[in-house]
Amino acid sequence: MSEQSELTRSRIGAAWLFLAPMLFLLVLVAGWPLLRTIWFGFTDANLADLSSWKFVGLDNYIDHTDGKWTGLLVDPEWWRAVWNTVFFTLISVSVETVFGMVIALVLNASFPGRGVVRTAVLIPWAVPTIVSAKMWSWMLNDQFGIVNDAMMKLGLISHPLAWTANPDLSMIAVIMVDVWKTTPFMALLLLAGLQMLPSDCYEAARVDGINPVKVFFRVTLPLIRPAVMVAVIFRALDAFRIFDLIYVLTSNSKDTMSMSVYARQQLVDFQEVGYGSAASTLLFLTVGILIVVYMVVGRVQFDKD
Amino acid sequence: MKFRKHAAVIAGGLSATLLAIGLAHAATISVSCGAVGKELEMCKQGAEAWAKKTGNTVTLVSTPDSTTERLALYQQLLAAGAADIDVFQIDVVWPGILANHFIDLSKAAGKAVDEHFPAIIKNNTVGGKLVGIPWFTDAGVLYYRKDLLEKYGAKPPTTWEELTATAQKVQDGERKAGNDKMWGYVWQGRAYEGLTCDALEWVASFNGGTIVDPAGKVTINNPGAIAALKMAAGWVNTITPKGVLNYGEEEARGVFQSGNAVFMRNWPYAWNLANGADSPIKDKVGVVALPKGGANGRHAATLGGWQLAVSKYSKNQAQAADLVMYLTSAAEQKRRAIEASYNPTIASLYKDKDVLAAVPFFGSLYETFVNAVPRPSTPTGTKYNQVSSEFWNTTSAVLSGQGDAAGAVKALDEKLTRLSRGGKW
Repeated sequence: MSEQSELTRSRIGAAWLFLAPMLFLLVLVAGWPLLRTIWFGFTDANLADLSSWKFVGLDNYIDHTDGKWTGLLVDPEWWRAVWNTVFFTLISVSVETVFGMVIALVLNASFPGRGVVRTAVLIPWAVPTIVSAKMWSWMLNDQFGIVNDAMMKLGLISHPLAWTANPDLSMIAVIMVDVWKTTPFMALLLLAGLQMLPSDCYEAARVDGINPVKVFFRVTLPLIRPAVMVAVIFRALDAFRIFDLIYVLTSNSKDTMSMSVYARQQLVDFQEVGYGSAASTLLFLTVGILIVVYMVVGRVQFDKD
Repeated sequence: MKFRKHAAVIAGGLSATLLAIGLAHAATISVSCGAVGKELEMCKQGAEAWAKKTGNTVTLVSTPDSTTERLALYQQLLAAGAADIDVFQIDVVWPGILANHFIDLSKAAGKAVDEHFPAIIKNNTVGGKLVGIPWFTDAGVLYYRKDLLEKYGAKPPTTWEELTATAQKVQDGERKAGNDKMWGYVWQGRAYEGLTCDALEWVASFNGGTIVDPAGKVTINNPGAIAALKMAAGWVNTITPKGVLNYGEEEARGVFQSGNAVFMRNWPYAWNLANGADSPIKDKVGVVALPKGGANGRHAATLGGWQLAVSKYSKNQAQAADLVMYLTSAAEQKRRAIEASYNPTIASLYKDKDVLAAVPFFGSLYETFVNAVPRPSTPTGTKYNQVSSEFWNTTSAVLSGQGDAAGAVKALDEKLTRLSRGGKW
């Protein structure tokens, strides 16, 4: 470690100066609410009167009184919400990755009108979630919904399905709408990855007369793996805090309740700010752990390269 | 701007006192109104009439149809101390939850308090503070298709068994005749406050109590409640579409009013709409009390209804209170009863000729409205929402076949007892 030169030091100083407003804003809009939520998680605060609360330690997470365990960590409904969220994330992100890849490959080929198609594909992503969720909830309505009508006319089903009400179907409906909405985003990220690939490998493959399917699995996929990883982690983090879509389609139903919906119900509907904040904190920790795992895995791979 | 206000007030030819008030504090009052059926339109007309009379202005804030979501919105606004809404339309079960945020209206109301049903005034009084003035009351009623019952030679049912049998018969007959969208009975089955209202009616009609009794004891685990939930679960997919598990009031009305259901459980507001000029079932609808649970049961209707309250964060509390008194006055309640079949909270209006001509069942079902079953919001206080949520979730699980009624009710009883900390709440 050599001593820093005058120039370096002044540049570092300038960098901090330029970063300061952003850091200040970040602390204000992200750090402060986060710390407040974590703090509330250790209190018995109630929405009816936020000014009076007392510190209860870890009671919101786990507590042993009168021979019974209470708290978030032993609440079956919380674990059900966790499972719903994990299930939703796994299925929706996998399906979106596959569909997104297919669309990205198509859009990567040059054909007339490609610009128009690229824009058109993005439309579901551009519609605000509340609007598209409400739209789908009408389309999936059991009595006047167009989805049932179309499927009946095609002879796929004999009687209308209650998409958002039937406990066996509601999660499928939620995943379906999410896939419709988010696949374009996935496709866009993957397309960006595809367009950065060097063309010489493909030329070599063409000269050697390799089958296109083999080219995809042996050349394209390994080359864009970093882009896929980034896209998947973005989507997974996003899916983990899913709220709006589920809430609009199925409200507080336990069959589809995600961790965010659970936290909101405790915080607002039940006025249990302390308990709800504890749930939000756990959600934050889960997402945080996911990011750390991703970064560690990512670094290990960098070292290998 | 000021000049124009002066001119408008003078041109309006108002009394000297009103003039003085208008000049001193012409204010903009924002009112939250529901938007179920004709609610928003009626609220707008009433509030604007007041604005014209007093020289103030009003803005309307429309709120979500689902009562559960509306409460959530209010809680967020009020917990933040927001002054954006001056007058809140609140549900009959909310005074306990929201009392902290509203001003005492007893002074503004004065003698007008005595005109309203005493039970509602008592419900709206929390710790000696009159939190809200009754605006309209509500009780669940049974709508039926007069023409269809006549066609199949059936009478309006007095027990649930009769309802089930008639619904099945008409549904089968109509489907055979080609209307394959016909259903027997539609109601509110989504997991929200509306399901609590419907399910409480089933349970109470079988003499199964009101979930928690007035003393705070949890009473839901009883044979009446089990029989009631079993019966309702039996309707789903037979006389009731499975989609009912995601229906609120307006979804149920959608099916009934398009002519695709024989019976509907709903609030009185649907009467005026079902008989509207553009309604396919105009003049084909009758209303009776909800059926009894067996021969020994009783007719039970859940008490609903809405109050108007003034936020303590409002900057114009005096004008807001004046608007509340105007909207809840006998004259305005009469207008709302005739034009949109909202139940008055003033007893004398149930004998008013014009009101009875517009909504005949206000006379025939007077007893139902007066003796409606209250939800247990008084004994459970601020925990009411949790109790209701546990109840509607349990009911929803039984309806969708995820558990049997007896086991579900037992589990609910245990949960609520724990929540009540042994009946102390």
